[in-house]
Amino acid sequence: MASWIIGFVLLLLKMAVVLGVLLLLAAYLVWAERKLLARFQVRYGPNRAGKFGLLQPIADGIKMITKEDLMPDGADRFIFLLAPAVVAFTALLMFAVVPFGEEITLFGQNVPMVISDLNVGLLFIIALSSLGVYGVALGGWASNSKYSLLGGIRGAAQMISYELSLGLSLIPIVMIAGSLSLVDIVKAQQNVWFIFVQPVSFVIFLISAMAESKRIPFDIPEAENELGAGYHMEYSGMRFGLFFIGEYVHMQVLGALTAVFFLGGWQGPFLPAPVWLLIKIVMVALVMIWIRGTLPRLRYDQLMAIGWKVLVPAALINIVITGAVILII
Amino acid sequence: MQPVAGGALLSPWTPGIFSLSLYTIFVLVIITALLFLSSWLGEKKPTPEKLRPYECGIIPSGTARLKYPIPFYLVAIFFLIFDVEAAFIFSWAVACENLGWAGWLQMSYFIFVLLIGLVYIWKKGGLEWGPESSEK
Repeated sequence: MASWIIGFVLLLLKMAVVLGVLLLLAAYLVWAERKLLARFQVRYGPNRAGKFGLLQPIADGIKMITKEDLMPDGADRFIFLLAPAVVAFTALLMFAVVPFGEEITLFGQNVPMVISDLNVGLLFIIALSSLGVYGVALGGWASNSKYSLLGGIRGAAQMISYELSLGLSLIPIVMIAGSLSLVDIVKAQQNVWFIFVQPVSFVIFLISAMAESKRIPFDIPEAENELGAGYHMEYSGMRFGLFFIGEYVHMQVLGALTAVFFLGGWQGPFLPAPVWLLIKIVMVALVMIWIRGTLPRLRYDQLMAIGWKVLVPAALINIVITGAVILII
Repeated sequence: MQPVAGGALLSPWTPGIFSLSLYTIFVLVIITALLFLSSWLGEKKPTPEKLRPYECGIIPSGTARLKYPIPFYLVAIFFLIFDVEAAFIFSWAVACENLGWAGWLQMSYFIFVLLIGLVYIWKKGGLEWGPESSEK
């Protein structure tokens, strides 16, 4: 029983640290994004709240909590309230299966450096990112606004299209690692990272991941200059904040997944494992911000053409070739 | 991870269903707390103008539950077909080495048929968007 209580406390601590880091990093990714985008455009970016604007995320958080929480006339009450929570919930929950280190031994027991090592971890992630579509589609639909509806429908169609290529691009990884568990996938990269074995998969995955997170150049569901802000236009206060948290946590989760599937996960020399994972997450996120500062938005037909006519066939052919190569070797 | 045995189900040391459920509760509590704080501390002065759906300052006319174009339905249907097939490929992928060349041949044939299906909807114009697609 004593061992159970110690384990329980450790588990709670682990979760608190994971969630704390996720949310704090999300806040500072917003800051980094604003700062970097500003520098790309020869502006200063936030620089009033604290040194270099470092207190800006905290000020934003306070502002969002104290803002009025409006619900437009004719909105579908229950769904309107539910949608932002769904987005934030699925994004945060996805991190549960991401391993952030090797097992360590404490009090004579093995403490795994992962919250839940599901043997269907990869399917769990794909299932959750499917659920995330509901937040976008329902949020857009429930707002009783034409722009929101358009944004929600666009978002739903875009996300399900790219989810397909996202899933298909990960099949070669599963074939090589021989497991759907993220812990095993990281262990399979002890000698060589999968980015060198599966460069085609990596490119398909990264493009699909960016489309999944609805960032420029794939931000057609939000498209400020034609739809206002798309599916979350009618949201204010903390409900908008939850969409925002969801987006930035999702960005980190995608960075973590890129690291786990292609960049060797938490593996790296000298530094402790969680630090390596964090470095890789931040690197991927910075690349995404950089891309956002560089590329213009795609047109909707171009978006669908890339997804269905390029990525899906390429991923399918990649599976066949990978299968043959594995069997020959 | 091995399937969880009965005794280990509630063990906090194994990273299984128990820790996942606990994490889920944690996440739900955080989201609820944020929403509660917002509704507790937030301003509450609704006026008819504030509650009107935003349409660039023009007073909205008609319902916002518009009919939307057919291609969106088509994408949903294509997705359904391809996603089920992706799930099938996943189950092969885990055991790909054990199934050997026989499994590979069967799966290649399956993917070949899938690609023919993709080419077919492509040629039929199912993947086209914009004004040109409706004129065909």
